[in-house]
Amino acid sequence: MAENKTYWKSADQLNEGNPIIEQLEQKEFAEHIPVNEFLGDSETLDDSSTSRRDFLKYVGFSTAAATLAACEGPVIKSVPYVVQPEQIRPGVANYYATAIADGFDFGSVLIKTREGRPIKVENNSDAPVLGGANARVHASVLSLYDVKRLQGPKANGTDISWEDLNLQVGAKLKALAATGKEVIILTQTFASPTTSKIVADFIAAYPNVKQVTYDSVFESAALDAFEAAYGVRALADYDFSKADAIVSVGADILGDWQGGGYDSAYSKKRVPHRDHGKAHMSQHFQFEANMTLSGAAADFRVPATPTQQKNILAHLYAALTGTSVSGTLGAGMQAKLDKAVEALKAAGSKAVVVSGIQEVGAQQLVLAINNHIQSEVMNANTPRLIRQASATEVAKVVTAVKNGTIGGLITVGVNPALTLADGAAFAEGLKKLDFSVAFSLKEDETALASQYIAAVPHYLEAWGDYEFKAGSFALAQPTIRPLFDTKQFQDVLLAWTGSSQTYYDAIQANWSNAVIGSSSWNTVLHDGFFQTEVTTENNYQGTDLSAEAAALAAASSKGLELTLYTKTGMGDGQQANNPWLQEFPDPITRVSWDNYITVAAADAEAAGLKNVNVANGALNGSYAQVTVGGITLTVPVIIQPGQAKGSVGLALGYGEKAGLQEEMQVGVNAFAFYNDFNTVQEVSIRLADGFHEFACVQLHNTLMGRGDIIKETTLEVFNTKDKEYWNAIPLVSKNHMEEEVTSEGVDMWQNFDRSIGHHFNLSIDLNACTGCGACVIACHSENNVPVVGKTEVRRSRDMHWLRIDRYYSSETTFAGDNETKDNIDGLGDSLTTFGEMENPSENPQVTFQPVMCQHCNHAPCETVCPVAASSHGRQGQNHMAYNRCVGTRYCANNCPYKVRRFNWFLYNQNDEFDYHMNNDLGRMVLNPDVVVRSRGVMEKCSMCIQKTQKTILDAKLDGRPIEDGEFQTACSNACSNGAMTFGDINDKESEITKLKENDRMYHLLESVGTKPNVMYQTKVRNT
Amino acid sequence: MRKSNLYTLLTSKLLAVVVVAMLSMPQLFAQEGDPAAGKKLFNANCAACHKLNKKAVGPALRGVSSKYDREWLYTWIKNSSAMIKSGDAQAIAIWEEYNKSVMTAFPQLSNADIDNIIAYTDYVAPPPPPGTAPAAGTQVAASGVSNDLILAALALVFTVLIVMLFLVNKTLQKIATASGVELVAKEVKEPRRPLWDAFAKNHFLVFMSVILLLLSSAYFAYGFLMQVGVDQGYMPVQPIHYSHKIHAGANEIECKYCHSSARVSKHSGIPSLNVCMNCHQNIAEYNGEEDLDNGYTKDFYTKEIKKLYAAVGWDEENQQYTGKTEPVKWVRIHNLPDFAYFNHAQHVQVGQIACQKCHGPVEEMEVMYQYAPLTMGWCINCHRETNVKVEGNEYYTKIHEQLSKKYGVEQLTAAQMGGLECGKCHY
Repeated sequence: MAENKTYWKSADQLNEGNPIIEQLEQKEFAEHIPVNEFLGDSETLDDSSTSRRDFLKYVGFSTAAATLAACEGPVIKSVPYVVQPEQIRPGVANYYATAIADGFDFGSVLIKTREGRPIKVENNSDAPVLGGANARVHASVLSLYDVKRLQGPKANGTDISWEDLNLQVGAKLKALAATGKEVIILTQTFASPTTSKIVADFIAAYPNVKQVTYDSVFESAALDAFEAAYGVRALADYDFSKADAIVSVGADILGDWQGGGYDSAYSKKRVPHRDHGKAHMSQHFQFEANMTLSGAAADFRVPATPTQQKNILAHLYAALTGTSVSGTLGAGMQAKLDKAVEALKAAGSKAVVVSGIQEVGAQQLVLAINNHIQSEVMNANTPRLIRQASATEVAKVVTAVKNGTIGGLITVGVNPALTLADGAAFAEGLKKLDFSVAFSLKEDETALASQYIAAVPHYLEAWGDYEFKAGSFALAQPTIRPLFDTKQFQDVLLAWTGSSQTYYDAIQANWSNAVIGSSSWNTVLHDGFFQTEVTTENNYQGTDLSAEAAALAAASSKGLELTLYTKTGMGDGQQANNPWLQEFPDPITRVSWDNYITVAAADAEAAGLKNVNVANGALNGSYAQVTVGGITLTVPVIIQPGQAKGSVGLALGYGEKAGLQEEMQVGVNAFAFYNDFNTVQEVSIRLADGFHEFACVQLHNTLMGRGDIIKETTLEVFNTKDKEYWNAIPLVSKNHMEEEVTSEGVDMWQNFDRSIGHHFNLSIDLNACTGCGACVIACHSENNVPVVGKTEVRRSRDMHWLRIDRYYSSETTFAGDNETKDNIDGLGDSLTTFGEMENPSENPQVTFQPVMCQHCNHAPCETVCPVAASSHGRQGQNHMAYNRCVGTRYCANNCPYKVRRFNWFLYNQNDEFDYHMNNDLGRMVLNPDVVVRSRGVMEKCSMCIQKTQKTILDAKLDGRPIEDGEFQTACSNACSNGAMTFGDINDKESEITKLKENDRMYHLLESVGTKPNVMYQTKVRNT
Repeated sequence: MRKSNLYTLLTSKLLAVVVVAMLSMPQLFAQEGDPAAGKKLFNANCAACHKLNKKAVGPALRGVSSKYDREWLYTWIKNSSAMIKSGDAQAIAIWEEYNKSVMTAFPQLSNADIDNIIAYTDYVAPPPPPGTAPAAGTQVAASGVSNDLILAALALVFTVLIVMLFLVNKTLQKIATASGVELVAKEVKEPRRPLWDAFAKNHFLVFMSVILLLLSSAYFAYGFLMQVGVDQGYMPVQPIHYSHKIHAGANEIECKYCHSSARVSKHSGIPSLNVCMNCHQNIAEYNGEEDLDNGYTKDFYTKEIKKLYAAVGWDEENQQYTGKTEPVKWVRIHNLPDFAYFNHAQHVQVGQIACQKCHGPVEEMEVMYQYAPLTMGWCINCHRETNVKVEGNEYYTKIHEQLSKKYGVEQLTAAQMGGLECGKCHY
């Protein structure tokens, strides 16, 4: 039969007479190739003095020269100090206690420096307030080496010296003072006593100046409510380690709610502690719209739209105070609320109610409730001072700038041109002002609209003093000399005031006079913090709140509600140019390099919004047109299990363009929707064309009832049943008999004696883990983990040595999943049921599981390596010799935990990966003790062998045995929640030995028989 | 080379004898003190801050007795600060001239001691008695001539011998011709098969040779490749000619005095220039042995010290730092690849391994070079052979007890302790 098929490449080919197609058929190359232009001109060729023979000679010579040059080793120069500072010894790390206070993140930290350069942020575990450093604080050391930082002051876009700037600004200030026109200093929240003094002195010198505090994400309602109730403008302080029952109405207490830092104390009460045979832990109810870390950790999570949250709070208030409010909640909601009320009542004074509703009335109700139940958890005497902005004050300034009614504006550490809903209009107004100065780290939107840009140093180059909450002070000291020609705002202000003091002098004087009393300045500076006794009591001056309660109860919504939130990795977006944070996957959605609108499955279906996984496993999402108050943005969509129906979420902190490398200019600026400084807005969404390509590191599927990955049980079962019931060791069939996989004889492997010397184990407590990701960034920083960029992450080529897996349940609980799976009957049933189980529930349970190399004693990866690049150490660590690896990737294929990472490319000094490892500045952050891997080798978690070896060496140098707690990995060191414990199980007294013998202990995929050195503690939920 | 060494040795020794002889002539210096004893005292007490002919921390002391009254000097030396306090104008003038640095009080010196010191500072060496030094010179020269003479004589003898042999041969031939013996010329044989042809025809031989050739070239290629990147013997020219031979050898300065971070850090560290200045603030000139063949004269070394002063910004005239520094760019000799972790403190401090074990006889190196190959095999061998120093280190108590029982040995090697595991050095 004659072949009459036509093969075609494009549908256009089928229509005859298409000129483009015809042309293409004639020509192999679509574009004209200019061969004749450079070879065809025989005249030019003949004129050339270079003959073909000469050309070949040149080629030959240069090849030979290059070959010869390659034979010679490079000459390496070593340049020692002329005068070596006493405290610097090459190769030995120094640690300095300092504090971060960038207006969004506050806390005491410890900075590790090597050869005089900061390379890592660690927790200052002695400092008692604000918990441990979060992911952003851990990553902040890389922001120090940001190439986009301002390198000196500027005037109208051109470089200027500080002397000239001070002269010009001084003249302008004097002129403005003479006319009496108002000048506003719009600052971040400093929480700094000395800065307040310096600003006050400045205002005394220039009475026309006024200071207004600005927060990128406001807590104005809570501040107003606290002021109304206690007469002090601050935020109530909570100690969740004292709580037996927590009810949160829309407050992400494990996130950035009211300044964050609550997770450490929270986690303390979340690990079941046995007391008289019965285990106790706190009980946590979470009513929220977006799925948050708090919702994931909660025992009872109830999806509720912002309006429903208001109703719930009103009813909660009524139920607890014995008053009544109008309206009803839904039946399911009411049942959950009753349960919460019951728990609160049972907990007595060890109960607490918190809320994230951005309304003064709601916040007043919360304070009233906590006073009514006499909550020990809430402390009004030592309130937090780390959010101070007043929405009304700021609104006045914004109007004044837009109308040009003030003489000048000095912005300090804030970027209102980006973080205001009408930032563009603000920037226009700012440009028209007579006088404007921006104190900024980078050339952001506000700096670009200002006349003068005063380049400020990074916090690691600066002095500072802070009062995070009443009586809790912290000191910041420079850990490196300023890299650029920068000056601190306080120093500049002192110069403008005409003072000869420096900020350092001012701090020292102020602290010696007013803070530290008889303590020594050097000791306080060494510790980095100072605690004073707080004797003043803030008394509750509550008023009748029935009107507020009634208003909340009556709240109703017309349509979809948007809740703006800040992501764990990005916060308010100050560090958007930090590639570690951009590549850090969101703990819940597991999406990196993006923000997106989170939509409930039902709402998505109604609007036709889709999420699809393409062939290589990557995630695509529809675009949606999101409209708030007349402004429309096109935003990609993530269908979020657990999102309250009728609500959507969108993260702030993305979409910045100014002062950002092109690679980091991702996402949309959600501040455009931040009207009236309220994170809740009415919104409408509509399907838009096209699909967005996400860089999502984990599919949005469920655990499918695989109980050997995550073990979870309830407190009741934990207290009443045997370990074998809720933490059973998997069985295998041996000689047709079922035997425990850990029993002797089941294993084919030869066992090695590891009882001598150290044997390291790492325990991960799923109860204490909140998924905050501090460990992920700490691991990056310690181990020189490269950043690969969005497209590579999308191809599943992310290099994270430590990932935090997030699992959803397909029933309402994981236990339900297991039951469904166990009840499957027959092949047909299994096909349909498993199909159904792939979809997460509308309100799933969520668990986080940090997974790194499990350092198996019987490691599958080691046996398959053809070049023995992967081998086992006696101390339990699975070694990876990069210089030996030839890149077969057999090990990664044989790893059941998928923790090995392959260097597909050269990620350093490669323009294709233009992140910190591609510039001299960014490479300063690299840890000199860990090698930077090259293209073509496999890498993975080493259990921080450089750290364990260092600990051993220190002990050897001192000639002493090692104490428990000395061994640390970067992750266990970074975890302030107590979720990660590292140690030597050959030390029988150690914490880790106790954890290994704990009933809750299990190994990941125990049935595989890999005998890992990483263990997990079963999650117990108090339901 | 020998010659010149011998020369310097002889001259210096002779000179020394003469000087000692002159100094020990008591009648010459009786009233003024004994310069020989004074020299000893000067070196012990004064030399740290004073030089004879040049300003150092304190003034040059040559002819100091002519500048100041003897009694005044006694009081000054025994307690200068008291003198300054008492308001002595002269004392205050000196104190202010030398940056108000207080001279150490020497109450232990008697007036006689001070006399001796002053005698030494006043002592001017008389011109050497004519004849001594040149005598040494001629003596050396004479021995040189004799060597040449012997050589010349030998050459003459050999020439005579050759001529004689030639003559004997000629005579013998003449005798033979005369006695009728026929001298046979070599027979002309049939052309033999050339060796290469025979070789080429022998297939077995060809086969074996090819194999041999391949094997040997593989051997050499392997040898060549294995030395790529191994810089054993690397001896670069450094910006300052720093002689370990003089510092660690002649002066016996402990390695870790300069390379102090070897005790605590992974790096042994190149000493910063302020460490050099601990000694070189006072040692501005080289006065040790010379190596004339290589051009290492005193002058040469002194110039190198001046390079240090230029780098660290030391103004010799005014004995102060100018603040203008120029860090020295040393050429790094020992360089491990980035993927290998090595810690000096572990080996030097914990293991008590002598620096020379890896760095070789540094105290004999005029120019520093890489002694060891620094290859992995070299490291591993040492780990196999070296016993761990466990005595007096409580860290090792438990593990040593357990491991030595396990392996049935008294002394554990680094390898038995886990020193061969990949991850101990590669991370």
